[in-house]
Amino acid sequence: MPTYSFTLNGQSVTVDAPADLPLLWTLRDKLGVKGPKYGCGIDVCKACTSHLDGQAVNPCVVPTSEADGREVTTIEGLADGDRLHPVQEAWLEQDVAQCGYCQPGQIMAAVALLKRTKHPTDADIDAIENVCRCGSYFRIREAIKAAAAAM
Amino acid sequence: MSSSPSAGHSRRHFLTYLLATPTLAVAAALVDPPPVARAAVPTPPAPADVLDLGDVLILAAAPTANMITVAVGEDGRVGLALPREEVGQGITTAVAMLIADELDVPLDRVDVTLADARPELVFNQLTGGSNTIRSVYTPVRTAAAVARARLVAAAAARWGVPAGQVTVSGGVVIGPGGRTAGFGELSTAAASPSLKVGTATPKPASQQRLVGTPTSRRDARAMVTGRQAYTLDLDVAPGALPTMVRRPPTISGAVRSVDNEAAVRAMPGVVDLAVVETGVAVLAETFGQALDAKNALQVTWGPGTVDGEDDDSIREKLHAAALPFAAPGLLTQHVDAEFDFAFVSHAPMETNSAIADVRDGKAEIWAGLKSPIVAQETIAKDLGLPVSAVAVHVVQGGGSFGRRLFFDAALEAARISKKAGKPVKLMWSRIDDMRHGRARAASHHRIRATHAAGQVLTFEHRVASVETDFRHGLGEILTAMSASLPVGGNLSFAQTVFLTTVKSPYDFGITTQTLTEVPLQMHTGSWRSVYSANTRGAEEIVVDELAAAQRKDPYRFRREFLEDDRSRAVLDKVATEGQWGRPMPAGHAQGIAFHAEYQSCTACLVEIDATNPDRPRVTKATIAADVGRPVNPRGLESQLLGGLTDAIGTTLRAGLHIRDGLPLEGSYSQFHYTRQAESPRDVRVFVMPANGEPGGAGELGVPAAVGAIANAWARATGRKPRSFPLTFPVDFDPFPR
Ligand code: FES
Ligand code: FES
Repeated sequence: MPTYSFTLNGQSVTVDAPADLPLLWTLRDKLGVKGPKYGCGIDVCKACTSHLDGQAVNPCVVPTSEADGREVTTIEGLADGDRLHPVQEAWLEQDVAQCGYCQPGQIMAAVALLKRTKHPTDADIDAIENVCRCGSYFRIREAIKAAAAAM
Repeated sequence: MSSSPSAGHSRRHFLTYLLATPTLAVAAALVDPPPVARAAVPTPPAPADVLDLGDVLILAAAPTANMITVAVGEDGRVGLALPREEVGQGITTAVAMLIADELDVPLDRVDVTLADARPELVFNQLTGGSNTIRSVYTPVRTAAAVARARLVAAAAARWGVPAGQVTVSGGVVIGPGGRTAGFGELSTAAASPSLKVGTATPKPASQQRLVGTPTSRRDARAMVTGRQAYTLDLDVAPGALPTMVRRPPTISGAVRSVDNEAAVRAMPGVVDLAVVETGVAVLAETFGQALDAKNALQVTWGPGTVDGEDDDSIREKLHAAALPFAAPGLLTQHVDAEFDFAFVSHAPMETNSAIADVRDGKAEIWAGLKSPIVAQETIAKDLGLPVSAVAVHVVQGGGSFGRRLFFDAALEAARISKKAGKPVKLMWSRIDDMRHGRARAASHHRIRATHAAGQVLTFEHRVASVETDFRHGLGEILTAMSASLPVGGNLSFAQTVFLTTVKSPYDFGITTQTLTEVPLQMHTGSWRSVYSANTRGAEEIVVDELAAAQRKDPYRFRREFLEDDRSRAVLDKVATEGQWGRPMPAGHAQGIAFHAEYQSCTACLVEIDATNPDRPRVTKATIAADVGRPVNPRGLESQLLGGLTDAIGTTLRAGLHIRDGLPLEGSYSQFHYTRQAESPRDVRVFVMPANGEPGGAGELGVPAAVGAIANAWARATGRKPRSFPLTFPVDFDPFPR
């Protein structure tokens, strides 16, 4: 089995995994990083959203080999120790989460959006496809706007 | 006429009254319509007005209510193991608030966890019917009041002062002369059986400080940092293998033979295979490998239970099953309407999942479970083990909407673990979750309302629905409570649930709502608001059409016919705050609707942009809710927002097509649940001030929003909304079976 090394939430890791094993399962089943969630496995629900070199990706469809030598950030790597990322803070302020299952992905998508644009429009926010089956969309929208203002 | 039994009348009294009345009233009114001079034709109370499903659940839970205990530890922390399931409703936060308020302890010193299956609780460990807060409000506060009284008594004994001179504030016990003691140091003495304690009753509402205060979720930080652990995030059964199941091409088909077992066993990462009742399980090192292997399996399947069925055949059966109307349509002015609702997947974000370790004559299970006692009993029986050998742990769930009343994954995981002789972590794929998971049953609705001279004389609603499965313990509860039920005769469980949840909130004269079920062996289950989303949603559309028939404004028409002031107040609130009647551009419109259930009521006013009639968007929503006593208004707003989002999805685009005995949809790209781009950019929720005891709130938001959205769509497009979801093409290539 091939071996891959990459930076995961600021730490370098090395893992044996089949090249085509989706990164989601390498993270969850081999490295014990459980923040990214399975919701569909085919790049539809976006529950697994994480960052590869700072860009939002869906590790359920990224082969592990593609992470080799790169930087992977999951929800666990977003805060700086106990200091939360402003987007996480905004999520707390708006009390967004219901069941919470989609929220790691929602937050990672929002962080990526705010990286691309400091002042996201409603249309930018509409373009986030992450499913929230609990229907917390309006609070997500408010939280993204609040985070943008705070940053 | 009041919609709830007033204080001073015993429920027994009302039961007697109800059982004697409606049939007689029907006959009388049809022969002799009331004179037109009457303001409105009053409607006798429906069964749900007398005793709703929530009341039944509270009564069933009452004998074991004193087994819910509050514990004070030596560390000064206060704990309660809640015999309910948290799936996002915020009940652990709300219950912690009840305890903190009663004990005068800071909220962050209260721990609310989810209790394992406790068979001794009998009927007091089922999460459903919007009933958690209603059913634990008094028991939890009483338990906390007892804890407080014991702490006070222990401090009084230690200081040798009368208990009346001891108070509790900020989590500290305070005596005369500024003496203080912490909860922790008093906990042992407070637990002593010889301690003399007076009676303890919960504080009156006027002394509640936290209850009613908007409070953020206590688990929110864990959720935004990725630390919140759902079933498959747990490391509880060392060596438990990622497991997935290959399922049949039609619902409930059984495995005849596995045709390439050796080849699949040789695939990378595959550890074991096991054939169980529901399919072929693959145990592997990772879920990715289990998924590849299960897809590679070649299996010969036996027939399923509904192989010949599709949307058309099911609709035909439903139309044939709906009962005829009692009121003649020919001689009176009337509004008739028929509606069809498709199957709807629960589709919680976390698919069915469970961890099971069945070895050495015992079993241990972890899963998100709303009826863990029934799960435990069923699994024990299935495995041939005594109940005492099966431990069932309740794990916080990633959404439910009724889904986790069933324990399909827990039972399946137990069977696989037993067969393989290894602990397993079972995950259903999303495709399987939508196709072989549970769904809200499809239904057909026939409504006739007769009216004359500005009054509504009769309102009949005939519902025909594919059978809804209630075999998660509710049936047993209803059987046990049958003597108290406000319905007589030989009703099925489903009809009993229907009659104790659905009621018309209007004085529309003689009102009858009936349910007929079409038995089809499909995987169904209660879906948020059970029958009300469809039944009351359809009725709210007819209310608009009745208003039009009488040339009245839909808001004013509702106002005129609603039964009480509480109802009118929420309706007025949305009309005012949502600017009912403001001019809208072509293709845009407002819609309004009302709903009452479980002693709560709500109104919803939406605006819709239907300039593209195939892709309408709800642009704004104004919601008001009166839940009697909101414990956590912030959490309540979340629930109403969720209900609105559910209504947008299921009214406009989200449903399941059935073809050749299987749903076609297998992902959110096919089952079009609402996304951000379809959700309104402007939502306002108003929680009415407390005026009584808590009513139900978890499901309340859906039916009124369904009605409001459909009514707005009707006004914007000039079309009658009749078949749901309104836009429902097969706009995808179905996944292979
Ligand atoms: S699990 Fe990755 S997009 Fe759904
Ligand atoms: S909070 Fe439950 S799915 Fe988004």
